[in-house]
Amino acid sequence: MARFIVRRLLQLIPILFGLSVLLFVWLRSLPGGPGRALLGERATPEAVAQINKVLGLDQPLYVQYGRFLGRIVRLDLGTSTQTGRPVTTEFFARFPGTIELTIVAMIFAIAIGIPLGYLAARRHGGLLDSTSVVASLLGVTIPVFFLAYLLRFLFAVQLGWLPGSGRQDPRINATHPTGFFVLDGLLTREWDAALDGFLHLVLPGIALGTIPLAIIVRITRASVLDVVNEDYVRTAESKGLATSTIRRRHILRNAMLPVATTIGLQTGLLLSGAVLTETVFAFGGVGSFIRDSIQQRDYAVLQGFILILAVVYVLVNLVVDISYGLIDPRVRVR
Amino acid sequence: MVQPVSIDLGKEPGRGLGPDLGKKARLDRLAELTATGPDEGGVSLTRDAFRRLRRNPVALIGAFLVLLFILVAAFAPLLAPKNPRTLFLLSEVRPNFIPGSRAGFPLGVDRLGRDELSRLILGSQQSLLIGVVATVLGLVIGMSLGILAGGLGGKVDTVVMRFVDIMLSIPGLLMAITVALLLGFNQFSIMVAIAVTQIPIFARLLRGSMLAQRNSDYAVASRCLGVPQRKIIFGHILPNSVSPVIVQATLSLATAIIEAAALSFLGLGNADRGIPEWGSMLADAQDVLTVRPELAFYPCICIIIAALGFTLLGESLREALDPKFRR
Amino acid sequence: MQRPNKRLAMIAATVIATMAASACASSDRSPSTGGGDTTASGGTMVFGAAGDPKVLDPAFASDGETFRVLRQMYEGLLTNAEGSSELVPALAESYQASDDGLTYTFSLRKGVKFHDGTDFNAAAVCYNFDRWYNFTGLTQSPSVSAYWQDVFGGFSDGATPSLYKSCSATDDSTAVIALTRVSSRFPAALSLPSFSMSSPDALKKYDADNLTGSGDAPSYPPYALEHPTGTGPFEFGSWDRSNGKITIKRFDGYWGDKAKLDQLIFSTIPDGNTRKQELEAGSIDGYDLVAPGDISDLGTKGFNVLTRDAFNILYLGINQGNFDGAAAAGINPKLADIRVRQAIAYAIDKDTMVKSQLPDGAEAALEFMPSTVDGWTDQVTKYDYNPDKARQLLKDAGAQGTTLRFYYPTDVSRPYMPDPGAIFEVLSQNLQDVGFKIKPVALTWSPDYLDAVQNGQADIHLLGWTGDYNDAYNFIGTFFDAKAGGKSKLDFGGYVNKDLFAAFAKADSDPDPASRTQEYQDLNKMIMDYLPAVPLSHSPPALVVAGNVKGLVPSPLTSENFAPVTISG
Repeated sequence: MARFIVRRLLQLIPILFGLSVLLFVWLRSLPGGPGRALLGERATPEAVAQINKVLGLDQPLYVQYGRFLGRIVRLDLGTSTQTGRPVTTEFFARFPGTIELTIVAMIFAIAIGIPLGYLAARRHGGLLDSTSVVASLLGVTIPVFFLAYLLRFLFAVQLGWLPGSGRQDPRINATHPTGFFVLDGLLTREWDAALDGFLHLVLPGIALGTIPLAIIVRITRASVLDVVNEDYVRTAESKGLATSTIRRRHILRNAMLPVATTIGLQTGLLLSGAVLTETVFAFGGVGSFIRDSIQQRDYAVLQGFILILAVVYVLVNLVVDISYGLIDPRVRVR
Repeated sequence: MVQPVSIDLGKEPGRGLGPDLGKKARLDRLAELTATGPDEGGVSLTRDAFRRLRRNPVALIGAFLVLLFILVAAFAPLLAPKNPRTLFLLSEVRPNFIPGSRAGFPLGVDRLGRDELSRLILGSQQSLLIGVVATVLGLVIGMSLGILAGGLGGKVDTVVMRFVDIMLSIPGLLMAITVALLLGFNQFSIMVAIAVTQIPIFARLLRGSMLAQRNSDYAVASRCLGVPQRKIIFGHILPNSVSPVIVQATLSLATAIIEAAALSFLGLGNADRGIPEWGSMLADAQDVLTVRPELAFYPCICIIIAALGFTLLGESLREALDPKFRR
Repeated sequence: MQRPNKRLAMIAATVIATMAASACASSDRSPSTGGGDTTASGGTMVFGAAGDPKVLDPAFASDGETFRVLRQMYEGLLTNAEGSSELVPALAESYQASDDGLTYTFSLRKGVKFHDGTDFNAAAVCYNFDRWYNFTGLTQSPSVSAYWQDVFGGFSDGATPSLYKSCSATDDSTAVIALTRVSSRFPAALSLPSFSMSSPDALKKYDADNLTGSGDAPSYPPYALEHPTGTGPFEFGSWDRSNGKITIKRFDGYWGDKAKLDQLIFSTIPDGNTRKQELEAGSIDGYDLVAPGDISDLGTKGFNVLTRDAFNILYLGINQGNFDGAAAAGINPKLADIRVRQAIAYAIDKDTMVKSQLPDGAEAALEFMPSTVDGWTDQVTKYDYNPDKARQLLKDAGAQGTTLRFYYPTDVSRPYMPDPGAIFEVLSQNLQDVGFKIKPVALTWSPDYLDAVQNGQADIHLLGWTGDYNDAYNFIGTFFDAKAGGKSKLDFGGYVNKDLFAAFAKADSDPDPASRTQEYQDLNKMIMDYLPAVPLSHSPPALVVAGNVKGLVPSPLTSENFAPVTISG
């Protein structure tokens, strides 16, 4: 097992190396070169010269790359041209919001997706089954931002049931020791702040959760269908085991393996890319800041955020892989 | 080639934004499932698949939607009743009023007094163009990489696949944004951006199915008979490996249409907003949501119909080609 | 007349407040700190801003979102009367100009305290002026001390001549400011928030001049981020930069009428639709930059839309290509021909554009300043919509079918231009109708678009201006006076029009207001004959507040004062 984990970790190295080269090249290919890109088009020539010196543009490429790596390792990803604050500060101020949103979205997707997928499979060919198949197809074809607008228009604007934007009511004077607003409210016993923070997560969470939901329904359905036809289930049935025992011990346990993988992988994806949903709900997470940075041409932020998010994504995938290896010994003997 | 996931992930749809998670596993699985021998039990795979496809109502609906979309796009200039850029009813437009449906303007006009129906019809051209060009571009480059890796194997395989892994390690939308920023704000950069997100998908898919073919009996036999490597790859292995690629390409068209709309929505689309395009029509309609909300719904419905058509067709194709369903 | 009206307003306010309270009782969340005040005054107001302030040190401020916040915490020597662009005293009770217009003596208000408890006096005034004049290094970057450089020119290092000469405190409440030459901009410019008075103690204590980083992405010192200290009715509370939220509190030591609100929160919501929905949901109490299409909808839902007088201009800039590299930039040489410029002016259907794309109350522009500015006149050459005349002019100039690269910005909404893309579509259709060919070039507002325009890359472009203070030069001088090298801005292709430039120099240095007004009227006529650009429209930017918010007076300079505002319910 240890060898498996070590091997998986070693496989990370070329990926991270390639990623850093890619972003290094990207910044250098942007119009006007990296100095202009990092400082904005209106930078004075002196400022550009200064940053070019810092980046060592007069040095050979491998030296420049070495410096770039050195800065990454020190978590020095430059300064945002929008706010004047370090890119890493901006990232870690916003990442908790994105994590909260991801958690809510995944809870929504799992709580509905697994039961629905299971029921659809058990009533294979029935009305519920075909409805769920069509719905999950629709779920992946409706553009996320349209769904987000629709939800906000209905539940926030027309009905006024839930807040439709932001992370917390600006009137609430809450303290934020961790940056996770719901957790903060619970920790500091500011219950109204915690509740308000949670309510702000509901609509974006649902919007963000639909695609994972659709995928979870499909996978659950497919793998339950697979398992039901396996010999051991048939054996169990012919042994006369109670339906509930079969369901619990044979079907669900085996069918959940691929579902668990999907959940892990979807979580990684949501963490790294709620750009559209966060934009529609003006949710102050990582994604909406990426959008702002696109509009403001804040290349330092884009480079830094994409790098960090890709690393997060790769790490989440790694964790999923390793935990899969823990569950299913067949994976290890590759 | 024992894959870590031995359970069927093959039913996961090709979805909108971002590379699918589980994509690696899914693609390899899809490759295994659909890459079959040249001849199975005397019934041609293609003919068999086609037969089952015709019996599948989902496939027929999908094919109908796709055909409709392609026909509308192909004949858009003929179908569109009006010039999509002429500001017909501008003099009647007010900040709080946009003329609705009336004779000559069945869906009303947008906030510049342009005919909405004509814009929707011509918008299909842009969507189809982006979808097809992006998919073909991704397909060609991805397949080339896949052929290199799957055909030659060994070191080439390792290098190419590491590269593909790196591309897969950046979530799709972020990748597309990165590329689009580099190329500037126009239709072409959107096509390339979407194509780039598709390259690793096709590369991995084709490599997987070619590897499965390489060790098949007929390939081994040809090799023993002294048939040149190139001939085996292009004459035998490749033709038998393309069916998963066709499935994926159909699904990719849906993804590309949605992604193009998403990039437009984020402000990365074509700078010239006079060109009718569904994504930018949707973004523009947000400004007049309270005045005439329909203007946001029309382009969205078009996007959904087009994407749904390709998704349904692709899914049915996948099922039709999957030997597991051949009972 | 006054009394019954007031009573009526009170009744209306009570009714609305009761309704509002009963309607949103369930969603009403009181602030957890809970201000002790329960009278009609007090409470918290949340105002939705379109963008974050850049910085809270007035000397480094130059944009509207920053000014809005600073207006509440800071005061300058002069200000504008509530709801107008008229110049009135603020921290200076009065001022006296010498006959030659080179020395201004300000009598200062007594008993004024800064938020840190220190006294405001003549020494503080001179400390502030000398601070600005002695900026060095990064603080001299054009984007950092923009307004000082715009109004006063250079610094004490003498690299660029400065309008400012010296400041002396003759006694505690008298400050004398000497200038190097006469300018119509002084003292009107002192009403700008950029020239607000900061506490000298706080400036020193919090290292105000110590900027690091680069000129375009400077890192500001603590004074500019956490300790802004002025004399205004509100004092700084907190700034949550990650969540775009600034809280300011009533300053109880304020010299004048104290603020009614306990605290005022500015919450940043960049998207216009989102601001509207937040207001409807009740999580904000007002916002700025109402989209034209939303005005009547908000009105019918019981919100108060406050429309400001239009104090802005939208124009179509024309590039005459009189600079090195104009040909390389692809500038159409035909634009140097007055007939082609006239053809553009006659081709545009301003009225339809204004009616369909701009809010109610917007009007087509005759010249490059609104009628409220001294120097405006209706005796200028008018270019009414006349496509036939435009075609004829083009034919005479042999320029039919000439191609214009039309630049316009994307993703931006300015007070004078709610939706540039839509205005572009309208104008480009007009121009195509008379035989121009249009090549659209859409760029992101900042920095791409502004850079391209300012570097003379566009044949024609859309741009506008909101006046900083009531001064003709602030409009037409900013656009059309000679800049470096004796040529116009590159926006307009660096044209040379000696008569025009001479007239500007004369008007700007004329110390007599009456003859100056006449000179600016003549200038407007000259400009409309020469047509370096086409004036399009003046649009009234609107802001909106909830029905229970009273006392906010819209300002044509978009510099509303929140001190008299009350919120009920």
